[in-house]
Amino acid sequence: MHVPDGFFDAPTSVATGVVAAAGVGIALRKARTELDDRTAPMAGLVATFVFAAQMLNFPVGAGTSGHLLGGALAAVLVGPWTGILCVSVVLVVQALLLADGGITALGTNITLMSLVALLAGWLVFRGLQAMLPRRLGLVPVLAGVAGAASVPVAAATFVGLYAVGGTAPIDLSTLTTAMLGWHILIGIGEGVITGLVVGSVVALRPDLVHGARPALRARTLEIRTREEAAA
Amino acid sequence: MRTRTFVVVGLLAALVLAGVVSYYASGSPDGLEYVAGRTGFLDTAEEHGAKDGPLAGYGTKGVENERLSGGIAGVVGALVVLVLAGGLGYAVRRRGPSGDLHGTERT
Repeated sequence: MHVPDGFFDAPTSVATGVVAAAGVGIALRKARTELDDRTAPMAGLVATFVFAAQMLNFPVGAGTSGHLLGGALAAVLVGPWTGILCVSVVLVVQALLLADGGITALGTNITLMSLVALLAGWLVFRGLQAMLPRRLGLVPVLAGVAGAASVPVAAATFVGLYAVGGTAPIDLSTLTTAMLGWHILIGIGEGVITGLVVGSVVALRPDLVHGARPALRARTLEIRTREEAAA
Repeated sequence: MRTRTFVVVGLLAALVLAGVVSYYASGSPDGLEYVAGRTGFLDTAEEHGAKDGPLAGYGTKGVENERLSGGIAGVVGALVVLVLAGGLGYAVRRRGPSGDLHGTERT
């Protein structure tokens, strides 16, 4: 979903640049609440993994492909604020080093993929977590659903931005149908990959998964109750 | 699994994905590019400002072999991301051991 230079007019690019800068600025301050000596190495690992996974385009239907955005994945693994930093670093390196995603569109890409997709995924994950039992086994499933939901939300945001500042006169209902249709399909891939990766980390080191903390706390309490009952 | 082992294994997996597996990725345009082509605004895309860079377009300049060219670009890109994001993670973290195994701490 990397937007190249030229899709959006200058005011829109500047506006999304301001939004992106503000979002990353807030994330820089808040990531401190998520990272300590134990979890800090996860930031580098998650960003590197998202970069690698974004290179792996998977086919969706005839002549189209999709790749992981990684917002929901990063948010569940390291927390939303650290996740924003991770995905933003990926997008900056892609734009400047690999010419993937326009340089004047960097603010737009950070807004769409690092802020909107990630925060949408995180809200879905947290919302489901609040409604369902706090079981560790559910964490990868909820992460997958969050990943799947995050992609169409980003696609819809793109359409909204295009309505305001797109450089070509495109019929918006056609654009909406096409963007949402394809990105719902791509979202399924996003959901599967997110679920599998989170599932692997939960199986190996659940204590390193930010989004698993409520489930781990619930599990700890359960064990203590039993020990007390035995004593 | 120790944290160090876990991180090293994870990083190696990421480097294999970026350096080797990426060769087999679909070459079709992604969702946005495809939609832009079909609805008729793909031609509004401008030439990339960094298109002459040594790793532009996930290819390494001067390396003829396609597999190697893409692989080097992927690995170098991944390592640059690792240094930047890893450094950022260490820079913004709270210092000192967390003390609580399950990370229930709130600040």
